[in-house]
Amino acid sequence: MQGSLVKLTDVSFSYGSSAVLKDITFTVNPGEFWALIGPNGSGKSTLIKLLLGLLKPSRGTVELFGKPAGDPDRKERIGYVSQKSASFNSGFPATVLEVVKSGLTVKRGLFRRFTEDDSKAARRALQAVGMEDFTGRNIGELSGGQQQRVFIARALAAEPELLIMDEPTVGIDQQNSASFYSMLEELNREHGIAIILVSHEIDLVTDLASHVACLNHTMHFHGGRRDFAKLGDRDLSKWYGHPVRLIHQKEGGGSDD
Amino acid sequence: MIEALFSYDFLQNAFLSGLIIGVIAPMIGLFIVVRRLALIADALSHVSLAGIAGSLYLSQQVVFFAGLNPVYLGMAAAVGGSLLIERLRRVYRNFEELAIPIILSAGIGFGAIFISLAKGFGSDLVGYLFGSVSAVSRQDLTVVAVLAAAVLVFIYLFYKELFTLSFDTDYSRASGLNGGWIQILFMVMTALVIGASMRIVGILLVSSLMTLPVASAIQVAKSFRSAMVLSVILGETSVIAGLVAAFYLDIAPGGTIVVTAILILLAVLGGKRLLGLRHPEAEEEAA
Repeated sequence: MQGSLVKLTDVSFSYGSSAVLKDITFTVNPGEFWALIGPNGSGKSTLIKLLLGLLKPSRGTVELFGKPAGDPDRKERIGYVSQKSASFNSGFPATVLEVVKSGLTVKRGLFRRFTEDDSKAARRALQAVGMEDFTGRNIGELSGGQQQRVFIARALAAEPELLIMDEPTVGIDQQNSASFYSMLEELNREHGIAIILVSHEIDLVTDLASHVACLNHTMHFHGGRRDFAKLGDRDLSKWYGHPVRLIHQKEGGGSDD
Repeated sequence: MIEALFSYDFLQNAFLSGLIIGVIAPMIGLFIVVRRLALIADALSHVSLAGIAGSLYLSQQVVFFAGLNPVYLGMAAAVGGSLLIERLRRVYRNFEELAIPIILSAGIGFGAIFISLAKGFGSDLVGYLFGSVSAVSRQDLTVVAVLAAAVLVFIYLFYKELFTLSFDTDYSRASGLNGGWIQILFMVMTALVIGASMRIVGILLVSSLMTLPVASAIQVAKSFRSAMVLSVILGETSVIAGLVAAFYLDIAPGGTIVVTAILILLAVLGGKRLLGLRHPEAEEEAA
C-alpha cells in the first residue's frame, strides 16, 4: 500500500490579518474514516478548501498522495461533496444519470465526449449509494437525502481514493441522515474509500468514524475513535469554548464560513 | 408562399437564416437560462445596437463603412461587450448582476448617440431593431451559416464541460475543472449568436428567441438533453410560423416569431395545468 493520502505539516492560514488556522499537522492514511468536528467558524471549511487546493496555506505544506497540493492530476483521486443545495438549482433540467456523469468530466478530459464506459461507471456509482433505480429521474424531484446520495455518486464515479464531505447532511432530516451515514460506513468498509467528513453532529459522526479530528482554529485533538471516547465533556467544552455534552448533543445547521 | 420561396432569393435567404438561428439561439439560450443569466442576452443585444448604429452613422461619413455590412460592427460590439461583462463580473464579485445593467446602458447610450448623429431612424435601422424578411442578403446568410457552424462545433466539443459548469459551479471548481476560459468562449459564442440572429428577429427581440423556447422546454423536460432538443424544436416552430405570418401580414418577423414563442409558452403552461403535471419547484413550495 502507498503512503499517506493527505499530509498537512505545520499549516497556518489567515484571511488578511485574521488567523483562521494555526499550526495544523494532520495525516490521513488509506482506508481511514475521519470525522472533522469543531464549532461554527472554527476553520473547518477553510481546512477543506486547503485540501482541495482552492486556497493556499500562508505557512506550512499540504501534500496529497505524496505530492504538493498544487499538482494537477491529484484532483481525480479526490471526490468532493459539498453541503446540500450549496450551489445547485433544484429546477435544473437534468436526470440523475446526467448529474452523476458530470463527475467524470475532468477525468475524461477536454475535447472528448462521454462514452458508454462513462455511463457504466456512473451506474456503478449509483448502485454503491443505493440509487440505481433513479437513473432517469429528474434531480429536482428527489428528496434532499436522495439528492445528496446522487452527489456522492457523482463524486464516486471517478473512483476516488478519498472522499471529502463538507456537512453533507445539512438540511436533511434526522432519519434520512442516519441512513446516509450508514451508507458512508459501508462505502468505507466495503469499497475501502478513505473519508473525511466535516459535521456538526458530533455523536453520530464520532460513533461512525475510525478517527476524529477536533478543530477550533488549531487542532485540539486528532487520533483514533477509542482515544477520543476517553475524553470527557470537559475537554470538548474547553475546545469548543462553550459547554458540550457528548450524549445526544446536537447543534443547529449553518455553515462555518 | 411556397412559390414565392422558389421565386424570390431574399425569401430563401430569410427562411434559411431563420431555420439556422432557430437551432443555435435556443441551444445557447438553454445554457444561459439554467445559469440564471437570461438578462445577459439582453445586455449583449443592446450593445450590438451601438455597433449597428455606429456602423450606419459611419457609412454616411466614411466611404469604407458605406460598403461594410453593419452586422459586422454590431457583432464586434457584442463580442466586446461579452468580454467586458466577464471582466465586470469579477470587479463586482458580490454584485455580479450589476455587470448586466452597466453594459446594457452603455449599449443604449452609445446607440442613442450614433442614431442622433445619423439624423434619426432610417428604415434600415427599424429592420435591425425588429427584424426583416426582405433585408437578408446572400452574404448575410453566409455569415449566419459560418457563425452557426462555429457555435455548433463549440457546443459539441464542450457539451460536458458546459453542463458540469452550469449545473454546479462550486463543484466544478473543486473537481479541478478550469471554467475560466470556457466561460469566456461561451460568452463570445453568445455574442455571435446574437450577431447571427439580429437580421431576422431584430436586436430588441434576439434574447427572446434564446430564452422563450427554453422557458417552455424546461417546464416539461426531465433531462438536459431532452430540454435541448425540445428548445430547438420549439424555437424552430416559432421561427417558421413567425416568418410565414410576417410574410403574409407584411409585418416585422421579430414580432411574429416572438409572439409565437409566447403563445407556445402559454400553451405549455396551460397544458401542464390541465394535465395536473407539476414542476418540482412547485412541489417544493407546496411541501
